[in-house]
Amino acid sequence: MSLLAQKNPEATAGAHTDSAAAFVPDQSRAERKTSYAVADFPVPGGREEEWRFTPVDRLGGLFSEEGSTEGAVTVETDAPEGVELLELAMDDERVGTAYRPADRAAVTAYAGTERALLVGIPAEAELDAPVFVRVNGVAGRDNAHLVVDAGRHSKATVILEHRGTGEHTAGVEIRVGDGADLTFVTVQEWDDDALHVAQNDALIGRDGKLRHIVVTLGGELVRISTNARYSGPGGSFEGLGVYFADAGQHQEHRLFVDHEAPHCHSNVEYKGALQGETAHTVWVGDVLIRASAEGTDTYELNRNLILDDGARADSIPNLEIETGEIVGAGHASATGRFDDEQLFYLQARGIPEDIARRLVVRGFFASVVARIGVPEVSERLMAAIDTELGGTAAQETATEAAL
Amino acid sequence: MSTLEIRNLQVTVETETGTKEILRGVDLTVKSGETHAIMGPNGSGKSTLAYSIAGHPKYTVTGGTVTLDGEDVLAMKVDERARAGLFLAMQYPVEVPGVTVSNFLRTAKTAIDGEAPKLRTWVKDMKSAMGELRMDPAFAERNVNEGFSGGEKKRHEILQMELLRPKVAILDETDSGLDVDALRVVSEGVNRVKDNTDVGVLLITHYTRILRYIKPDFVHVFVDGKIVEEGGSELADRLEAEGYDRYVGASA
Ligand SMILES: Nc1ncnc2c1ncn2[C@@H]1O[C@H](COP(=O)(O)OP(=O)(O)O)[C@@H](O)[C@H]1O
Ligand SMILES: [Mg+2]
Repeated sequence: MSLLAQKNPEATAGAHTDSAAAFVPDQSRAERKTSYAVADFPVPGGREEEWRFTPVDRLGGLFSEEGSTEGAVTVETDAPEGVELLELAMDDERVGTAYRPADRAAVTAYAGTERALLVGIPAEAELDAPVFVRVNGVAGRDNAHLVVDAGRHSKATVILEHRGTGEHTAGVEIRVGDGADLTFVTVQEWDDDALHVAQNDALIGRDGKLRHIVVTLGGELVRISTNARYSGPGGSFEGLGVYFADAGQHQEHRLFVDHEAPHCHSNVEYKGALQGETAHTVWVGDVLIRASAEGTDTYELNRNLILDDGARADSIPNLEIETGEIVGAGHASATGRFDDEQLFYLQARGIPEDIARRLVVRGFFASVVARIGVPEVSERLMAAIDTELGGTAAQETATEAAL
Repeated sequence: MSTLEIRNLQVTVETETGTKEILRGVDLTVKSGETHAIMGPNGSGKSTLAYSIAGHPKYTVTGGTVTLDGEDVLAMKVDERARAGLFLAMQYPVEVPGVTVSNFLRTAKTAIDGEAPKLRTWVKDMKSAMGELRMDPAFAERNVNEGFSGGEKKRHEILQMELLRPKVAILDETDSGLDVDALRVVSEGVNRVKDNTDVGVLLITHYTRILRYIKPDFVHVFVDGKIVEEGGSELADRLEAEGYDRYVGASA
């Protein structure tokens, strides 16, 4: 039986705010399959619940069980002293402890990967600079698996960057030790023709804290599924996302926060802008509060800003609650068109149209960008958004930043 | 010395039931240093006049001219009109989420002046103008009009007028919804700009109350899309006593 409790901090229930649209699906998220066996996941035809928004016809290659093309990627790492960087065989005991493939692309990724990359943060280490893993796609198919292991009471930021081209399927496995504080960022700045399907699984220890940040700007088709679980009480998951889709791009972000341990916290905020007639974004936010997860506090939010007619944003929050003993559970989802009245107001103060548009779009993203709190990421992100909007914004940007 | 000249202005708007004629030939001249009050009943087209001068895309000019110092205002884009020296304090200021007041004001000032203001004097000017309008300094870091009370929105409009220093300012019902204290603060702000800059003011209002604080040189009665009577400030006193009934009856 599901009990549905909601708090709704979004007081602005405007015309296109649809805060109550969460639905309880026929099948509970708890029953969704995970497996390491490729045969357990038939090739999707596009009607399956987890694939119904995705143009699966473009993913035929990634659904096939295949190894990586020779030289498909180059990977560079850059880490402060003390960080462990290792290549591990897939049967190493440190691989797969917090990861289970949950769909066809994830299972072919796992099966097709020969060696995983491990980023290990020693217990109690506090890094003074981020760890960078820079993936550059050269050509062809690549399967990859990254393990980020944040030791007990460590504090670190790990940034995974994707550029270039090719077809990529990948698993990311994040272990947050007891009391650890990890910020993990995955940035998708692919070329226009890249395909990228990734599954990020996080296992958060007792009183551990994960800030998981997804920035998707490039690629022809990018689909990132993020699954967070807690291995003890007091854990916290903050899932932040920013995406900007242009004509012809499909960007899909799926989250599943599985609350089983008591007194854990989760907060998800994803914001996206769509530009160009055929831009398509999908956001699916599933939260499951199991009967044992007393004292859970969760909130998720997705907002989309449509800059051009014809762009399409799907947004599906989904909350399943199996105990009434919770602190709070809520969600909000809204998709709105660019507001011409805002543009008029700014222009009526002398601000030229292109700068006014940029201000409005930057303003739309401001709340989530402020929460990212990693200057290396937020500055580049704002510059990238300016570029997406067309124009060399350096000058105004500098003035705006000055105050 | 600047002159805003409106000649035989005719404006329509598209509604669900078709094209609606709102302004039916407005003639008005506002010069630097002058204060004109436009008074009229609700729905008579006062905001339409203000928006049409500012260039709001919803309104279609079907006839007449608007010039500022001989320049064709109607041929300019919205932002060009502002940079030419026109300012509209809106009846319903718009919220712009995620854009702070300080960022907004500085971007606007930079656009109007054609160069970024000197940081030190700018911060000082902004602080003192906010102080005089009894605005908490914390306002600068709030998002434009987001969660502002009615009175705060109107102060923020006048703050912009003070900082942007237009040649001609149109104030659309800046007084409505204000309590007496706020009305006084806002009026003092307008009077400061008048004293310091010789701005021409077009004060649109439904009530005579604000005219006790901001003295008009001319009063125009606006009914059914046009000016039906003009006079000095004594006309306002008469409207106060008699209301608009006389004009509304006559035009119907
Ligand atoms: N954007 C619009 N769409 C439809 N009707 C409008 C619009 N703007 C104004 N009107 C109509 O035009 C008339 C004048 O409106 P307005 O200029 O706001 O009057 P005032 O400011 O004097 O109260 C009203 O009947 C109003 O309903
Ligand atoms: Mg009005």
